[in-house]
Order: sequence, then C-alpha cells, then structure tokens
Amino acid sequence: MAHAHKLEILRGLIKFKSNTQKIWGVLILLSIITAVEVVLGIYKPASLMQPVLGMKILNWIFIILTIVKAYYITWDFMHMRDEKASLRRMVVWTAVFLICYLIFILLQEGGYVFDVYETTFIKRDF
Amino acid sequence: MDTTVTTGTEGKTWGGGNQPLGASYGKLMMWFFIVSDALTFSGFLAAYGFSRFKFIDAWPIADEVFTHVPFLHGQELPMIYVAFMTFILIMSSVTMVLAVDAGHNMNQKKVILYMFLTIIGGAIFVGSQAWEWATFIKGDYGAIETKGGNILQFGQYVEVDGQEKFKRVALADFAIAQEGDRVRHERKNGLWFQSEGSLPTYTVNEVIAGFEANPDLQIRTQIINEEGEKTVLSRSESVKQLKANGVGVVEGANLRVNEYGSPLFADFFFFITGFHGFHVFSGVVINIIIFFNVILGTYERRGSYEMVEKVGLYWHFVDLVWVFVFTFFYLV
Repeated sequence: MAHAHKLEILRGLIKFKSNTQKIWGVLILLSIITAVEVVLGIYKPASLMQPVLGMKILNWIFIILTIVKAYYITWDFMHMRDEKASLRRMVVWTAVFLICYLIFILLQEGGYVFDVYETTFIKRDF
Repeated sequence: MDTTVTTGTEGKTWGGGNQPLGASYGKLMMWFFIVSDALTFSGFLAAYGFSRFKFIDAWPIADEVFTHVPFLHGQELPMIYVAFMTFILIMSSVTMVLAVDAGHNMNQKKVILYMFLTIIGGAIFVGSQAWEWATFIKGDYGAIETKGGNILQFGQYVEVDGQEKFKRVALADFAIAQEGDRVRHERKNGLWFQSEGSLPTYTVNEVIAGFEANPDLQIRTQIINEEGEKTVLSRSESVKQLKANGVGVVEGANLRVNEYGSPLFADFFFFITGFHGFHVFSGVVINIIIFFNVILGTYERRGSYEMVEKVGLYWHFVDLVWVFVFTFFYLV
C-alpha cells in the first residue's frame, strides 16, 4: 500500500484496525452528531434558549457541532490526517483566517445597520 | 553558470522532481481549488449572515418554512427531509472514500461498485433539492404584500390539547371570488412586445372581502416577539392594516418577493442552495466520467487510482459545504 493511514480518532480514544473500519466509525460519529442536531432543532429545549455572547446557547451548540463535523470530513474523508503538516496548515490556516475575518466584518456591519433602522429616523418601512 | 556556487544539494532541492508537500501536482491543485471555492461559499454564507443580522427581528423562521416531506402531504414535519438529504450526502461521501481506499489496494471491481453507489447518492440528493425548490417556489398559504414591502400572513387561534395555538390559513380557504376583468397582459394585445408574469389567483380586494367575512381570522406580521414567535395583530388592527397597506397578493416565492417574509430570504435560498446544487450536479458528472475510466481500465493500466482520489476530494468538499448550509439555513 502506497499510503500509511493513521487509524486513531478522538486523540487515540478509539483505534481502528483497518482504514475501512475507520471510515465506518467516522460515519457513525457523523450520523450521531447530525441526529443530535435534528432532535435539538425539532424540540428546541427552553433551557437552551438563553442568549450567551449575543446568540442563543442552542445556536452556539449547532455551530460547534458543525465545526466538529467539518473537522472529521476533512481529516478522515479527505485524508488531511495523513498529509504533511505543511500542506495541512497551508490549506486550513488560510481558509480559517480569511473566513473568520469576513464573518466578523459582515456580521458587525449587519448589526450596525439593524441599530440604525431601530434607533434613528431612517426607516425601511416608508 | 560560472557564478553558481556548487554546494552539492541543488540537484536534490532545486533540481525539480521532489514534492515538498508530499502531494502530487494534481492533488495540490485540487486543494488550491477547494480553498478558493470554500472562500466563495463563505462569501455567500457571510452575506446571508449580514442580511439576517440587518433584519434580525423580522427574519423568517426556517422551521415554519421547510416542513414538507414527499408523499406525506399536509403534515408539518420540520427538518425531517433536510436531515434525510444530509444523511444521503454523508453516505455518498462514505462510499466515495471507500472507492478511494479500494483504489489504493488496486481493486478495480470494488472501485466500480463504490463509485456507482456514490453517483446514485449524488443523483438522489440533486433530485431532492429540485423537489425542495419546487415546494418552496409553489408555497402553500399565500400572503399579502404591504406598501413598505413587508409580508402579512393569515391565520386563526385554535385550541390544540387545551392550548391556544395560532394556525396558518391559506388564502384559498377564505378569499371570496369577485367579478373582475383584470387579465394577464400578453405580448399579442395592447402595447406591443410588452408582457407580464402570471397573475396571483386572487386580488387584494377578494382577500379583503374574505377576511371581513371571517371574524376569526387575524394577521401575523414578520416581527419576532420576545417569546421568539411572530407577532399576531388584534382583529381590529388586522383589518386596519390590511385595508390601509395591502397592495399585492403573494403566492410562493420568486426573486422579487416571497410569502415567507423578507425577499432576501428567498434570494439567498436560491443562490446558496442553487450554487451548492450546481456543485453536486457537476460532481456527479465528473464522477460519471471517472467511473467510465475505471470500467475501461484506464487507471489499472496507469498503475495508480489517484484520479479517483482527486475527484473524491471534490466530492467530500461538496459534502463539507452542505454541512454548513444545513446549519445556517435550516438550524440556526
């Protein structure tokens, strides 16, 4: 085999015997996360509706679970785990930095425009 | 060449032929493409976030919009169908990575099988998305557009399990048909080469007449109250608002207006899921090309199934994007 695969996930908590087995393991993990998201999304427990850092706790949970899913798709399905550190950083750091920057600017601006409509004499509904 | 200092290492490091990142040219280029495409999608999603923050107190609630499942007509099942689509896409990602793994082991038969399953999964996903679009465009309740471009929806309070709940009512259930001679303007009559889109089933006057004849009906505005629900106006306020500000009937969704709320909601829905659907579609096409190459034995003769790995990277990326679209469009 040309490639040596790293067969551990969750920092070595679960070790798989073969690459195929690892793929099914990751599938189970991703399915569980999706199921949790859907159940939370349907029932929306009242205890998770309080705002924390400008957003509901529930939304923070969704975003964190999404990033966890993205991590496993990239690391195990796209074999990022087996690539050299230099390639990994080149791809991940660039994307993460630019995306965070863009999101920060646009959401900040969106919130500002909302405040203008809310508190000043400029109204959308004229 | 006389001035070059020979150190003995240049043949190795600068002479070419080595791979400092441990990946072939093709794979690196695929990664570069993925990074740039990821930034395009982030641009879309961040713009969606911008518009949503701008109208944070009046944005449609996704759970009330995407409630349909094929063959289960009339039931409200939020999220179920999108969860199914997500699962299909993750599943096809798994068969893709299994195909890549079989390729590493030079197992042609298994690559063929797994590539085939991947293509089927992709086709199911694109089909589901088309159905989702059709349902979204058709709409099911209808609404009234106001002078300021806001949307007024209709409904009434009914008792469900001892609790008062606001139930939406469709225009077709209460509007009273009236005599009218407004017909769709076509190119062939009147002003030459001028035409307009299809007219809504009812006129504003028909809706107002129906609304007055049904004293239980109330109007729901877009504004989200402190309980996280849309504000319902009192009966007298509803009649007043409808008569003073109602200017048009909206059925379903298009790029200008939609019955769910802010026009931007439908615009972003069409652009983001459409752009993603286009990626899935092109992914299926590329997969089919590679699939036939595998059957013909091209990679068997080449001695390497790296092409399957490259198209696999693209396919996983499509899945990755969907995970984010799912969260930001349907969950948050």
